[in-house]
Amino acid sequence: MRQTLFTLGRKIISFLYFAGGLANLAGQTIYYSFVPPFKKDRFLEQAKKAGYDSFPIVSLISLFIGFIFALQTAYFMQRIGSEIYIASMVALSLVRELGPVITALIVAGRVGASITAELGSMQVTEQIDALESLACNPIKYLVVPRFLALSIMLPLLTIYADMIGIFGSYLICVLKIGISSSMYMRVTFDSLLYKDVFTGLLKTIFFGMIIAFVSCYEAFNVQGGAEGVGRATTRSVVSSFVLIIIADCFFTALFYFIFP
Amino acid sequence: MRSFKMIEIEGIHKFFGNKKVLDGLSLKVEKGTTCVIIGRSGCGKSVLLKHIDGILRPDEGRVKVDGRDVSELKGKDMDALRLKISMVFQGGALFDSMTVGENVGFGLIEHTEISQKDLLRSVEESLSLVDLHGIAHLMPSELSGGMKKRVALARAICIRPEIILYDEPTTGVDPITSDSINKLIRSLHDKLKVTSIVVTHDMKSAYCVADKIAMLYKGKIIAEGLPDEIQNSQHPIVHQFVNGLAKGPITESIT
Repeated sequence: MRQTLFTLGRKIISFLYFAGGLANLAGQTIYYSFVPPFKKDRFLEQAKKAGYDSFPIVSLISLFIGFIFALQTAYFMQRIGSEIYIASMVALSLVRELGPVITALIVAGRVGASITAELGSMQVTEQIDALESLACNPIKYLVVPRFLALSIMLPLLTIYADMIGIFGSYLICVLKIGISSSMYMRVTFDSLLYKDVFTGLLKTIFFGMIIAFVSCYEAFNVQGGAEGVGRATTRSVVSSFVLIIIADCFFTALFYFIFP
Repeated sequence: MRSFKMIEIEGIHKFFGNKKVLDGLSLKVEKGTTCVIIGRSGCGKSVLLKHIDGILRPDEGRVKVDGRDVSELKGKDMDALRLKISMVFQGGALFDSMTVGENVGFGLIEHTEISQKDLLRSVEESLSLVDLHGIAHLMPSELSGGMKKRVALARAICIRPEIILYDEPTTGVDPITSDSINKLIRSLHDKLKVTSIVVTHDMKSAYCVADKIAMLYKGKIIAEGLPDEIQNSQHPIVHQFVNGLAKGPITESIT
């Protein structure tokens, strides 16, 4: 019993440390985002790594999600004879929920992990101390460009993922289920409201921030050599996943009650 | 000016978790002199250097550089101080995403509006000082360990610092490179009047470069003196260390 309480206490304390450290890093990053000098090269390099280089994997996964979702919805819609609603169902779920979350998870796995591994190795080889000793703030130099790149590129990737997903579902519906092309397009656009697109994209900005802060925080707190970098990378991906899902739940509830 | 204290460390304590690394350490280094700090691996020598550069902050005590308390400096003042101090890290700590030239010129690129031509000249000049001219286009991963160390030295010199902190500059390099690094440290001291702190456990290097040697043991400076005095010290711990004896009061222990 005592032992369990001790373990529980330690878990709570380490969680509070994590939350505090993350909040501290977030505060400093946002502050330094507005402090000159602004170097766009570093931002563009990170934007390319986070955004442009993620296009192939996002395309592939969104296309398949579109296929799967159309088929799964068709299974029920055909039973009640309302195949035409597959289009609105897919459009709404993709734009409001699946597009943002799946893109965020892909980026957390692909980009977040690589940030933690890269900055974590820099930490263990004293490169971050070296930056500081050359009067370069590591947050300004390393975290700010990644933070801006992720919070700008993730919404853009999400718009792209939404379109590819809808295209995947369009292929299934038009070629396999026999809905006419013009009908599919009309139902899709009729069912989507501005607020659906807006709420879907707004949360991805926060998902991008979560990925940037968690991956950089874990990297700066690496202890031990290569093994430590490995552990930090795992922790970074797992924590990002959990926080993204929690944030998603929070935003969904918020939007549900604010824009009913 | 001879007696002006460039670096004054007054009773600093530092804990990492429950482990006490520095235990009321005090040390003064005069302007333009080279102080060598000797001690066993893991006794807190690198931690001490990071306090002087303000990368770590002491839990207690004060570090003054050029008359100013390092822990009270912020923002621009801190940057100004850090540009006066250069640190040569143990493993080099070169930025591996940049070429050797970008590494060496990093301080100038970030903090000055220097023209490309002057930058290249400055980088080549620093690289020639460490006998490595013409390698500015290589990546750090293409260099050997000893070369990385010398590039790190070139990076430290390139911003024309007043103070250089060396973290084991001769560890892990061959005897010839080691000797040339010692000569370089001496010549920076003689020509540019740089104040230096060299952390090492290589006694040959220590005798070669030091104006003063201090021994760090269990978080404190236990002995301080001219190289001769340390070499002939009767202090049992110092005697054991400088002569590299397995038997003596220093035992393998993790505190």
